[in-house]
Amino acid sequence: MQPLPSDVLFRSLADPTRRAIFERLCRNGEETVGGLTAHAGISQPSVSKHLGILKQAGLVRDRHEGRQTHYSAQPGALAPLLDWTQQMAGFWESRFDDLEGLLRRMDQ
Amino acid sequence: MTETRSVVVERAFAAPPEKLWRALTQPHLIAEWLMPNDFRPDAGHSFTLRNTPRPDVNLVIDCKVIAVEPQRTLSYSWSAYGLDSIVTFTLTPTPGGTLLRMEQAGFRADQQQAFAGAKAGWRMFLDGLDRLLARPDFDADSSPP
Repeated sequence: MQPLPSDVLFRSLADPTRRAIFERLCRNGEETVGGLTAHAGISQPSVSKHLGILKQAGLVRDRHEGRQTHYSAQPGALAPLLDWTQQMAGFWESRFDDLEGLLRRMDQ
Repeated sequence: MTETRSVVVERAFAAPPEKLWRALTQPHLIAEWLMPNDFRPDAGHSFTLRNTPRPDVNLVIDCKVIAVEPQRTLSYSWSAYGLDSIVTFTLTPTPGGTLLRMEQAGFRADQQQAFAGAKAGWRMFLDGLDRLLARPDFDADSSPP
């Protein structure tokens, strides 16, 4: 099954380090990998890997300038999260799954 | 821009309304499928739904019981992170059990609200995902007395 765009978003934002990087870019505008690494408390290759996942989800964009790559946030990519009905329907569907399990256990 | 929308989720359960009603109204049972809570089936009673403690998620939903009609209807307000809504459960007996209809209505979709709410929403989603993943671990110990 093809993952939904919102699944990719949820997955990329589920990681606290990636969330911190994304939030930092939202606050500060453009930054280089080096600049982000200085604040992330993890190695530069790790930061690059996280940026790659954020980019895949459409949450960041990169811009090459000389030997530097500048990253910026794309808050518009959060749009699927703003669709309340879809999102809450998913929430209640999963709650009902658990309710179904509970009702079965209540038989015992 | 203000917009009101609602979410409807329906499911047929192979359980009589009486049993489903208990799962919807007894705090220790609500905790097993929704969230830990201090619910009481009394109109006007204020309660909270809270996620099970986790270091990275702190979710508190403020609720107030609006209507209680045993084995038929239950509704309460649902407020969290600027999201104000009303959740209504309607139970309809069927030959094989009960049809449960959940309607959550009254989302305010002006931008700020929507953003705050979306943030809360995906946290809730993750919380739900967590429970879903934990389900194979369910054992006799977690069954209500």
